[in-house]
Amino acid sequence: MMGFIWFWLVAVMIVGYVVLDGFDLGVGVLHLFLVRNESERLATLRSIGPVWDGNEVWLLAGGGTLYFAFPLLYASAFSGFYLPLMIVLWLLIGRGVSLELRNHLDLGVWRSLLDGVFGLASALLAIFYGAALANVLRGVPLQPDGYFFLPLWTNWQPGVAPGILDWYTVIGGLVALVALTLHGALWLTIKVSGDLEQRARRIVTPLWLVLVALTIVSLIATIAVRPASLNNYFHYPVTFVVPVGVVASLAALWFWNRGAQPVKAFLASSVYLFFMLAGACWGVYPTLLPATTGAANDITLSRALSGPHTLSVGLAWWIFGMALAVAYIVFVYSRFKGKADAAPASH
Amino acid sequence: MNAELIHRLHFAFTVTFHYLFPQLTMGLALLIVVLKTVALKEAGGEWDRAARFWGKIFGINFVFGVVTGIPMEFEFGTNWARFSRLSGGVIGQPLAMEGVFSFFLESAFLGLFLYGGHWLSKRMHWFSAVMVFVGSWISGFFIIVTDAWMQHPVAYAHLPSGQFEVLSFWQLLLNPWALLQYAHNMTGAVVTASFVMAATGAFYLLEGRFQECGCAYGRIFLKVGVIAGLISTILIIFPTGDLHGKYVARNQPAAIAAMEGLFKTETGAGIVLMGQPNEETQQIDNPIVVNNVLSFLIYGTTKAEVKGLDQFPRDQWPTTLPLLYYAYHIMAGLGTYFVLLMIASAFLLWRRKLYQTRWVLWLLLISFPLPYIANTAGWMTAEIGRQPWLIYGLMRTSEGYSSMVSTGNGLFTLLGFMGLYALLGLLFTVLVYREISHGPEMKDKAAVAAD
Repeated sequence: MMGFIWFWLVAVMIVGYVVLDGFDLGVGVLHLFLVRNESERLATLRSIGPVWDGNEVWLLAGGGTLYFAFPLLYASAFSGFYLPLMIVLWLLIGRGVSLELRNHLDLGVWRSLLDGVFGLASALLAIFYGAALANVLRGVPLQPDGYFFLPLWTNWQPGVAPGILDWYTVIGGLVALVALTLHGALWLTIKVSGDLEQRARRIVTPLWLVLVALTIVSLIATIAVRPASLNNYFHYPVTFVVPVGVVASLAALWFWNRGAQPVKAFLASSVYLFFMLAGACWGVYPTLLPATTGAANDITLSRALSGPHTLSVGLAWWIFGMALAVAYIVFVYSRFKGKADAAPASH
Repeated sequence: MNAELIHRLHFAFTVTFHYLFPQLTMGLALLIVVLKTVALKEAGGEWDRAARFWGKIFGINFVFGVVTGIPMEFEFGTNWARFSRLSGGVIGQPLAMEGVFSFFLESAFLGLFLYGGHWLSKRMHWFSAVMVFVGSWISGFFIIVTDAWMQHPVAYAHLPSGQFEVLSFWQLLLNPWALLQYAHNMTGAVVTASFVMAATGAFYLLEGRFQECGCAYGRIFLKVGVIAGLISTILIIFPTGDLHGKYVARNQPAAIAAMEGLFKTETGAGIVLMGQPNEETQQIDNPIVVNNVLSFLIYGTTKAEVKGLDQFPRDQWPTTLPLLYYAYHIMAGLGTYFVLLMIASAFLLWRRKLYQTRWVLWLLLISFPLPYIANTAGWMTAEIGRQPWLIYGLMRTSEGYSSMVSTGNGLFTLLGFMGLYALLGLLFTVLVYREISHGPEMKDKAAVAAD
């Protein structure tokens, strides 16, 4: 029971992170080619300025929760994915610094440089996150002691001894890149106005078409790489509601964007991300990290779960703390509603 | 070069660089609350503009603190996997609590504090400064709880799998080691902020800045910096340092012997002020010793016996003994200098002579890097003193690092961090220098518009 609760609590933290930091990653990707002048760029950056840092806290809080609820998984995955995680850290550093400090020096080259770093780091992070999820779905070469180490690439095939990057995980990276860019575009349609808003709305259509295609491809690829992903669904047919949810949210997204209802379209995109992640989690449950070296080496929920005292102690403060956190978040977003480009300059 | 050394260096380098920023932000958060509180009652708006100026410095430091802090949580898993697997159930808790209870709070109110000055009410702006202070001090607490459990494990049980688990939430948070270390560490953060503020004030006075407009920023910063500096430099020695030291002596006797350079057990042990520990001959070279003082400091009587390193098997000696000894002596020596300088400055402030006494202003100006060194040396003392243990008495450091991450991969990312942090350090220096040389606003923007 505790295992079930903590599995979904960690999943909620991950979904929270992807939905929230996802749109500011997407805005980071988009601002490279969507804006035409400095004032549009400032409006774009202001649309995420007050919230990006709080969004990133979901990563830290989620990581911490994973750490104490499933120490074996944390230890195994973090050391096994050593190189990509370190690159993720460098990207997070570059991204945070460039976003916050671009306006501290009044120099054109400085701003252009940091804008480039910000956009590139955002795109690469989206790709890495997608590839990371795909690595989990594909499985890793776990040893009997629960550890593994993955090089960045081997022969680009998802076999017994794959690398971080193979054709399958690259598809995962592309899905994430397009999904989060689309998510960011929808955020922009809410937060900016005028010409920029129109351009953001227009770019949704091609992104949506690519995303639909990639979603289908990734679904087929996942079934091909790991047929067992479907077992839970056939076992509990009611859970086919998840893929239905994916389709429905994509349709709703299209419909509401065409109808110029940006908030609803953004929520549809959030629901899409939720169903994609929930679907992936359900596909592996109750395994947390499948092994390519045989099911006996899988890191399962029961194997990775912390002791009962740890979990009950954790549950008490976690519920209280996250209720508080949600209150802060609602407070911040309510302070920040409406168009961001109407607000006074922040620096 | 072995993997254990690389993983230790990896964590040591990234955490040392990281802590340059939070030690200022935590201390400064308190001083900003002081400035904002005075500003509530003041008509001219000078203290308010002073607070906003420090808010900008805080903001820059905060960004660097955030981006260099994220790697720390990751490195528990990436570089110390075997340690995390066994202890995650315990130390993962305070680390997650830091995110849940502190970072959400901080990120919510920092934005309001930094950018809300012109549209929030005076009280609401003051309140957001207080919440930023609360958030940053909660954050420090959870990190100390994490470290304290590794220094002095409490409230745990050993599961059959070898994992540790928490038995009591409150005993984990109220670990006596954590409370003492927290008091000592947060005082250290205030020392850093006080010296930085006082040095900025001294800089403005020595440069003759803000004289013509009749603004008194140099004096405000000196006054707040010196008063806070006097209080914190006294508190850091007594009672926080004193109590913490006695607790270490009782619970990590080998560490205290190594810190003091006490190779042989002595009754009426003297304190070594200077000298170089010689591990081969097991003595201090060129010693300057004051007799009986160490016994008195630890046990309150000059006749007490203090255990030397000879009482402990060689495999329980801290592994880099001379570094531990120097780190501790640098911390203690600088701490003594701080209190002397702050007493002198506070005396001159009280006699209304500080602003004209140039040599003291000069000392205050050039001393600002020293608390950074002292805080770093203090943390080195704590962490090297814990060696060879990763969790004191329970798990050795050699049993904790990620065995799957090779020396080559570890060095690759260590070098990467070194390069990246060198860049960040340069960038930070330029940006902070720019803010300080620009200084606080001369007048309220609203007042300028009205002119």
